[in-house]
Amino acid sequence: MATIDTSHPAARSPFMKRWGRFWMRTVGDQGILGFGLRWAVLLLFAVYFFVPVLWLILATSKSAPQLLELNPLAFGSFQRIVEAWQRIIEYQKGEVLHWALNSVRYAVWALALSLTISIPAGYILAVARFPGRRLLLWLTLITMLLPPSALVLPMFMELNLVHLINTAWAVILPSAFFPFGTYLTYIYYASSLPPDLLDAARVDGCSEVQLFWHIAVPLASPLLGLLAFINFTTNWNNFFGPYVLLNNNKLFNLPVGIQQFVAATSALRPGFNPSPGVMVGYQQAEAALFGLIMVVPVAIVFLIAQRYVIGGAFTGSIKG
Amino acid sequence: MTNQTVSLPNEPLANKKRFPGVSRWRRRLDGYLFVLPYFLVMLAFGIGPGLYALLISFADFTTGLPKYFGAGFSNYLAVFKDFRFVFTIANIGKFLLISVPLGIAMVVILAILLQMRPGPLPTALRTLYFVSGAVTGPVLVLVLIFMLDPSISPFKALLQGMGFKLTNDVIYPGSLPYLFTIMGFFAGAGLWIAIQYGALEAIPTDVMEAATIDGANAWQKVIFIKFPLIRPYIIYQFILIFAGNVQLFVEPQILAGGNNLGVGGNVPAVWSPNQLAYNFAFERGNFGAASALSLILLAIGLGAAYLIIRWTGFFKIEN
Repeated sequence: MATIDTSHPAARSPFMKRWGRFWMRTVGDQGILGFGLRWAVLLLFAVYFFVPVLWLILATSKSAPQLLELNPLAFGSFQRIVEAWQRIIEYQKGEVLHWALNSVRYAVWALALSLTISIPAGYILAVARFPGRRLLLWLTLITMLLPPSALVLPMFMELNLVHLINTAWAVILPSAFFPFGTYLTYIYYASSLPPDLLDAARVDGCSEVQLFWHIAVPLASPLLGLLAFINFTTNWNNFFGPYVLLNNNKLFNLPVGIQQFVAATSALRPGFNPSPGVMVGYQQAEAALFGLIMVVPVAIVFLIAQRYVIGGAFTGSIKG
Repeated sequence: MTNQTVSLPNEPLANKKRFPGVSRWRRRLDGYLFVLPYFLVMLAFGIGPGLYALLISFADFTTGLPKYFGAGFSNYLAVFKDFRFVFTIANIGKFLLISVPLGIAMVVILAILLQMRPGPLPTALRTLYFVSGAVTGPVLVLVLIFMLDPSISPFKALLQGMGFKLTNDVIYPGSLPYLFTIMGFFAGAGLWIAIQYGALEAIPTDVMEAATIDGANAWQKVIFIKFPLIRPYIIYQFILIFAGNVQLFVEPQILAGGNNLGVGGNVPAVWSPNQLAYNFAFERGNFGAASALSLILLAIGLGAAYLIIRWTGFFKIEN
């Protein structure tokens, strides 16, 4: 920053200079309009993103009449939260606890399997050249776009063939395939791992496995954080797979469970005459609390993972 | 490779190995071992089922058991002739036309506004947008139903002001593309804002300093420097949002699902193409038509992705 070129502004016509000053003071980032506009947009979206979450939390504390009468963002009572909790736990003799445990089990297994499989694959696709490599990359891209409905039926038949329908493996095994993870790993190493570094280690007699374990993996902590986050949230929220592949209530995860709960009880319409077969006595607070049970673990993961998303594994390729 | 000469003391290079220690074919074998597990799961849960779907789409299911190649193109014809095909394609088309451009534009605008002047408040807002993404899937549908109920919603002043009295006044066939857009943005925007924010942060500081010295104001920097530099991420977002939104299933399925929701009657049982495929397969037992429709959807998704990749020259990391 030794010399600052000042010829440009001076060369401008007086009209342009005046217009430029006017722009800066009003719409420009220093101006009142720019400032106001920026904060108006940001705060408007803060309301959009935050009020529904806040409402959901507060709704667990209110009875059905209170929801109608109190201010939407008022607090009801702690007692009502405890009651809602008890009603959920008692539903079908504690089925919700099974569902929560299943959710954890499916998500953790899927995470472990898919990362141990997709990260080495993405790494080798980035650093090595071998016959079939381009084909694998293209297949990865294509499978990322496959609609689940196209796969779920053949998958159903396939899993049926090996007698895994209605077992936990019907949900876990398919989620071991994580093409998005392989692809992101490939981009990460292709753009941020200097080939000279690997060659230097090869000269020193490292095998490919040692290279991966001692050089590539330690360099990948932001990538690991990001992939773990995306994978965990995807599988925690997995609805389509369990919905189609499981037929046994005991094996459901929380997303399918909550759908089942809402459909089987009066939770969303406590005041109305129930359809036949609907369990009565449940109120909106139960549904809201059920929702929170599913959301809170993911929210914690989101908070931890934010820096990986921003600090990012994505950003390696920006110079390219 | 660099042109450095490596001198190995007193060692004859007789066996002409490029690197000592591990032989070349051993390296190649290692390479294949790295991709083998991935290739196997891809075969089992990606390519395999995909090819099987192709086979099924030409199979005849009228007797209950599949007769392969027994149907010719009749499954595809059945899909095209079904009155719900055009309906669901039109629905999803409208949803994509609204949700994709609007979603991308708003994400980029919010990321730029947040990153323009860093501080504790923008950081807090970014976290707020991001963490809301934890509310998704069935819970999000639940929240939306509450938010759109004019009697209990925190936005009830707004809803009642617009003349709505019942949930059914807000949730009706015509409003569904907009509602799914609102839902999708709520669940997904925070993640993409964080990604675009990260991309903006990664722009080298000397580039921004040079622009400041040249007299660019903040908006000019956004339009002429930041925007072109984060373009690859915008394209990436476009492809993934498009691929995700084409597959819309959970939201309309749950919304239509129960007469307990208070909206069941107002939401068609089959609204999106994915639901139609599900309906073909599991409610009518016509697996052939279900597979045919899924493959049509796949072709649309691949076609769109291919066009985007060709137009934009994306994925040029290797060159």
